[in-house]
Amino acid sequence: MNRRFSWFNATSLTLGFAFLYIPIVILVIYSFNESKLVTVWAGFSTKWYGELIKNEAFLDAAKVTIQVAILSSTFATVLGTMAAYVMVRGGRFMGRTLFTGMIYAPLVMPEVITGLSLLLLFISIGLDRGVTTIVLAHTTFSLCYVSVVVSSRLVSFDRSIEEAALDLGCTPFDAFRSVTLPIIAPAVISGWLLAFTLSLDDLVIASFTSGPSSTTLPIKIFSAVRLGVSPEINALSTIMISIVTVGVITASLISKRSITRRRDEEQKADQ
Amino acid sequence: MAQQKSETVFAPWDDPDQKPIIQFKSVTKRFGSFTAIDNIDLDIFEREFFALLGPSGCGKTTLMRMLAGFETPTEGTILLEGKDIAKVPPNKRAVNMMFQSYALFPHLTVYDNIAFGLKRSDMPKSEIAGRVEEMLTLVKLNKFAARKPHQISGGQRQRVALARSLAKAPKLLLLDEPLGALDKKLRQETQFELMDIQEKTGTTFVIVTHDQEEAMTVASRVAVMDEGKLVQVATPAQIYETPNSVYVADFIGEVKIIEGTATPLGDDRYEIQWAEGQPAIRAACSTPLTAGSRVFYAIRPEKVAITAERPKDAANAVKGRILDIAYLGNISTYHVELPDGQSIKAQTANNRRLARRSFTWEDTVWLSWTDTAGVVLTS
Repeated sequence: MNRRFSWFNATSLTLGFAFLYIPIVILVIYSFNESKLVTVWAGFSTKWYGELIKNEAFLDAAKVTIQVAILSSTFATVLGTMAAYVMVRGGRFMGRTLFTGMIYAPLVMPEVITGLSLLLLFISIGLDRGVTTIVLAHTTFSLCYVSVVVSSRLVSFDRSIEEAALDLGCTPFDAFRSVTLPIIAPAVISGWLLAFTLSLDDLVIASFTSGPSSTTLPIKIFSAVRLGVSPEINALSTIMISIVTVGVITASLISKRSITRRRDEEQKADQ
Repeated sequence: MAQQKSETVFAPWDDPDQKPIIQFKSVTKRFGSFTAIDNIDLDIFEREFFALLGPSGCGKTTLMRMLAGFETPTEGTILLEGKDIAKVPPNKRAVNMMFQSYALFPHLTVYDNIAFGLKRSDMPKSEIAGRVEEMLTLVKLNKFAARKPHQISGGQRQRVALARSLAKAPKLLLLDEPLGALDKKLRQETQFELMDIQEKTGTTFVIVTHDQEEAMTVASRVAVMDEGKLVQVATPAQIYETPNSVYVADFIGEVKIIEGTATPLGDDRYEIQWAEGQPAIRAACSTPLTAGSRVFYAIRPEKVAITAERPKDAANAVKGRILDIAYLGNISTYHVELPDGQSIKAQTANNRRLARRSFTWEDTVWLSWTDTAGVVLTS
């Protein structure tokens, strides 16, 4: 099959990527702008990156964001994996379909509503808003993403592997720890990464649940932008983009290489 | 005579003094309204190679999973060495299972797969390595100990699965369609290897299979199952030569079933009227039949001789026309059509190379068989 690369394909590709990446490219370019005015190019400079390091408010917000992201994604991974395991492996029980649906519902729930309801909950139980409340809120909404990723892996893996572990003398918990978990580990890790990124860039829910001492980076950026876009924010955004890009590229390279290696080994074994 | 026989032949099921290792006592298993196992009684003896044979959905896998502990009987009890095992979870049973999909742990090496069960038993750590080596030698995989399951071939994976399930020296080994994924040649080799290993280790094997040839090859006794019931439990030879029903006769090997009515001739001999204008079939049957009772006469192709002329002293002979010839290399099967439209198969061994076939399509031939060649069945 030797299909030619037609002008139609070229156009669709260009249009698609232009829509996706022009805004980001512009942002990255202007982060190296000498001028304080965001829309006027005045020559290349890295001075805004220097300014950024000196800006304590941003650094504090970054610290809070990372802290929240690590904690909430870890909790979400534990809870989400447990939920997925019960949904897929728990056997039949009353209302299982309902529960499965309810696990996935928050995926389509408007964030404003999730944020508002959490806020009301925290107020009614008298929990002071701060890092704790953001962590709780982020755990709540990223749990279902983890659960989706992990349960799709659980569905596809051979049940008899777990039965073999039981047959060979494992208690159900030991079977989960020494057999199921290592096999679903890639899904658990990608679930964690997903929860981490979701927490990292969440603005709406964080703004409902954060307190005065616990501003996250997205909130900080959003409020800074309301006073006018500064090149500092461009610089900050560029840093965040590059961290994410490097992370995504590394992860996909690693998984691609392990898949190719595995295929080669399988072919060799069958000969 | 009987005494002598029991000493030389392995047949604990005929010896009333032998205690079975497994006893199913009126066991029933239902899934919702579906009855998978219907009131089964079965004894399996130590060192037996017992085959559960039946089409898919007959309940053979459910029976096995109850032994492993993955299913519990709805009614009845299962005894292992005289003890009820209903409440014993799979990890506490001296029973191991080899899974159809092999179920090897993909993240562990061959060595660690085999050591998995040992590490969870009360075997001292120092002895585990020796035991794993022993198992690797048994299945001839010493060179592959450090490989992961995806780095070895299908046949090798099957042997790892076997070694893993045998490592803990279970009292009973369950094999769920163990050879299903292998190609025919490898399967036959492995069948003999399995028998060899079973003999060496002295373990009781219970194998589930839908492949009648496999069951006949490996098993000391075969249980033929249908819709949750045991139809017949007997040695392969008995199952083949004296099936107790049309179902068993038809399930094992090739057979022609002829319907007719029986007339007693005395001395366990009967005449079976089966078709207008055809001579009655003469058959022997040890179970008494009343005159005019409806019977099924089962005759296997290899018991039928094919000749150009009517053999002089044949108990049964019919004339027909060759409809089809299937040449299989070692044997040839002739499909012979009788005047009333029924067809009977006759098989001859091709014991001479490149011999000219004596018959060809459309030839008129005589089929003949003795009065003990076929089996008279009532159901």
